[in-house]
Amino acid sequence: MSATHTIVNLPDQRTATIPKRNYLNNEDGLLSWLFTGDHKRIAILYLISITFFFFIGGAFAGLIRLELLTPQPDLVASDTYNKFFSMHGIVMIFLFLVPSVPATLGNFLIPIMVGAKDLAFPKVNLLSWYLYWIGGLFTMAALVLGGVDTGWTFTTPLSTHYLNTHVVTAATGVFIIGFSSIFTGLNFIVTIHRMRAPGMTWFRMPLFCWSNYAASILMVLGTPVLAITLVLVALERLVGIGVFDPTKGGDPLLFQHLFWFYSHPAVYIMILPGMGVISEVISTFSRKRVFGYTAVAFSSVAIALFGFFVWAHHMFIMGVSNYSALVFSLLTMLVAVPSAIKIFNWAFTLQKGSITFETPMLYAFGFLGLFTIGGMTGVFLGALGMDIHLTETYFIVAHFHFVMVGGMLMAFLAGIHFWWPKMTGRMYPESLSKLAAVTTFIGFNLTFLPQFILGYLGMPRRYHAYPPEFQVLNVLSTAGATVLGVGYMLPLLYLGWSLKYGAIAGNNPWQATGLEWQIQSPPLTENFIETPVVDHEAYDYEWLAHKTAQEVTTVG
Amino acid sequence: MHISPVLWQFLVKWLNASALFPREASTIAPYADALYFFLLLITVVGLTLVGMLIFGFSIRYRKEKHPVAVQVEGSTLLEATWTIIPLALFLIVFVWGALLYFRIYNPPTNAMNIYVVGKQWMWKAEHPGGQHEINALHVPTGRPVQLTMISQDVFHSFSIPDFRVKREVIPGRYSTVWFQATTPGTYHIFCTQYCGTNHSAMIGEVTVLSPDDYDKWTQESTSGMSLAQNGERLFASMGCNACHSGSAAARGPNLAGVYGSKLQLASGSQVLVNDAYLRDAILNPSQHITAGYAPIMPTYQGQISEDGLIDLVEYIKAMQTNYRVQQTLTTSQSNQTAPTTPGTVKP
Ligand code: HEM
Ligand SMILES: [Cu+2]
Repeated sequence: MSATHTIVNLPDQRTATIPKRNYLNNEDGLLSWLFTGDHKRIAILYLISITFFFFIGGAFAGLIRLELLTPQPDLVASDTYNKFFSMHGIVMIFLFLVPSVPATLGNFLIPIMVGAKDLAFPKVNLLSWYLYWIGGLFTMAALVLGGVDTGWTFTTPLSTHYLNTHVVTAATGVFIIGFSSIFTGLNFIVTIHRMRAPGMTWFRMPLFCWSNYAASILMVLGTPVLAITLVLVALERLVGIGVFDPTKGGDPLLFQHLFWFYSHPAVYIMILPGMGVISEVISTFSRKRVFGYTAVAFSSVAIALFGFFVWAHHMFIMGVSNYSALVFSLLTMLVAVPSAIKIFNWAFTLQKGSITFETPMLYAFGFLGLFTIGGMTGVFLGALGMDIHLTETYFIVAHFHFVMVGGMLMAFLAGIHFWWPKMTGRMYPESLSKLAAVTTFIGFNLTFLPQFILGYLGMPRRYHAYPPEFQVLNVLSTAGATVLGVGYMLPLLYLGWSLKYGAIAGNNPWQATGLEWQIQSPPLTENFIETPVVDHEAYDYEWLAHKTAQEVTTVG
Repeated sequence: MHISPVLWQFLVKWLNASALFPREASTIAPYADALYFFLLLITVVGLTLVGMLIFGFSIRYRKEKHPVAVQVEGSTLLEATWTIIPLALFLIVFVWGALLYFRIYNPPTNAMNIYVVGKQWMWKAEHPGGQHEINALHVPTGRPVQLTMISQDVFHSFSIPDFRVKREVIPGRYSTVWFQATTPGTYHIFCTQYCGTNHSAMIGEVTVLSPDDYDKWTQESTSGMSLAQNGERLFASMGCNACHSGSAAARGPNLAGVYGSKLQLASGSQVLVNDAYLRDAILNPSQHITAGYAPIMPTYQGQISEDGLIDLVEYIKAMQTNYRVQQTLTTSQSNQTAPTTPGTVKP
């Protein structure tokens, strides 16, 4: 049955060594990395880059929280504080969250998961990494030259007429990063459509591919709108074309429509790939097919498509007509349903499984809890009358951190730990990594749960100073952020350590079913020596058991 | 209010005492809080359910207990269940939220109007009687108050958490919000839309007074000129009365009584004359030519501040006859005005 599978080498787990030839040591020297066309190396380049930016964004988060320790504006001046949260937002959204899972794990895994030797356009893939960095440098330049204080939303007419900061530089940065994201999306779509190995039908594809596919649709269709919006902002600022300027007959609300037309779907760009990771991890560590595979697959695509029709829920208090508010609220409730479905599908995947609790699984459990809270609080905001009170307060800050940080970042960390042995050939230290997962979870809740209460009490977001009665909750939140910071530092340290000292992982340390686990770790540059032929479903653990038994007899 | 009185009062009292909950100081607040508690309830129930499933399965099916997984395809029945139940709940929330939204954003017809201009970085309130306040707002209990708001520069957002109301304040257009305060006291006004350097300093205080105290306050703090009277002066000094003189030979339409009417435009369309239309017609006259008149009115773009526009609009509103502005309630000490007649706009 599995005779058609080419197993590159199958060392016994205990005596395993790092394969002599792999994508990491295939060629040497910095230049071989900077000009590589190998999707796996580009994934590593991305991983290093986004980690770098994550800690820059994190440093700003720390500064924000430190300032908010006391109600007085005592640590920094208002303008400086405004630049802090703008930088925090811009860096975290555009330089970390949007590319996080797709550009690192997606880049590394999608070709292997569908049985291809590389992405459809390797050079475009490399180009997109360069664009990411050029955009990143523009953003950093805006910071170094004196900062930008628009918030990550670039709202007009504030950004176009009332700020003396480096708005155009920062917008240019985001504009360029946008193209990097479009190219990544395009590459994934074409690869998944055209380069699947024989037998890899759509419904044998891992859910990770499905969810990245859905996110790619959003990147390709949504990001151009952001690009256009930013060009208009720049033109308005530089030559005063007046599309958003009411004194010239323009409409400031037009900006809001355009911006959220991208930025709402962008939320799904950020979360969908994370959902893919969760499907893989939960399936592997419960050794079960994902419950209702087809529903989970289609719900990703449904979320992506319907995600385009809810943007005005960011504008309920901005004077959209009451009736359009009704429609957008209803649609928002409808997109919440597929997310709810997924949560239950994941939970029921555990049923009758054979569950183990490795680090990726702990992060995935963290994801389930935090994402449920994030999703449910989204329903608060989708409910029209409730949104009036809650929007623009710390409730929003808490909600989106639960979804994006509690959700996406947990998923990202789950994924990094899960595929680390494949990417590097080495294991990380088990107990430290579990400690990190638990620390992150506790720190996260301590940081962001108080913010829901702050929000209902009415504390506005983007406030540098606040009335003294909000202090207790803010102190809690800052304390939590400190714990959370430790939780994020730990993986950086022990994963770095494991590169040299980690135990050798072997090909399939988790006994997972995906094609990526059937090849050597770290993989060869060409992934597969012979194109694999796929004859089983994505999470077919019976096939795996059968195959392993056969190999043991042939090897031994 | 009248939502399950006993339990409700108890809960709210307790929460207020614990400082984890904003005060309920408007008629809307209890309605908003009711929805909030419902949402909290379904969140907690949902979270408990998910938590129980995960912990339950994790204990029951951990590897030591259950070494070999049993493969299951899925289950249409189960999946239908967890599609339909959330959908139903979300639809309830949708309807409830929508009802609340309409309650919050549709002002009653008897609301008294106060203008608010947002600018970097202050709130300027203008009462029809001419009282001006900065970062402060005085309102009486027991009367619906409507705020007609506009921004002079960037987006701001007017929020009173203890009333559970908030509305974006937008450059170039009027937005409104209304509330009816229930409890005397002072409450925060926040600007919640990020508006530049001193965004977090753009805060103020609403002072809710009993109706008697409120009357006292209006008497004491009047500037002697109502908005409409200011508008009348502006009307003369900007030269508006040269054309809009109301006489038969005038080159512009008579504005008396025009507020609230349906106006026939030269383009053939009809418009309802309200505050927003009047503001627009002053700033962009060439786009709103009244049928029967030549397009000769100049634009006043850049020549009148938002405050001035509000004064002019109030004046035009008050112009029931082409004779002169009617006296408003709190300016009785001014001797330049005609005696009160029925049908005047009162503050
Ligand atoms: C220790 C972790 C973190 C803390 C303590 C933190 C704290 C904060 C705070 C207090 C704000 C609100 C600023 C304000 O409204 O004045 C904020 C905004 C934001 N955060 Fe975080 N954050 C953390 C991590 C992250 C991460 C990991 C991401 C994304 C991956 C992220 C994305 C954002 C975004 C997009 C905003 C909006 C910025 C804006 O309002 O323009 N945060 N964060
Ligand atoms: Cu403001």
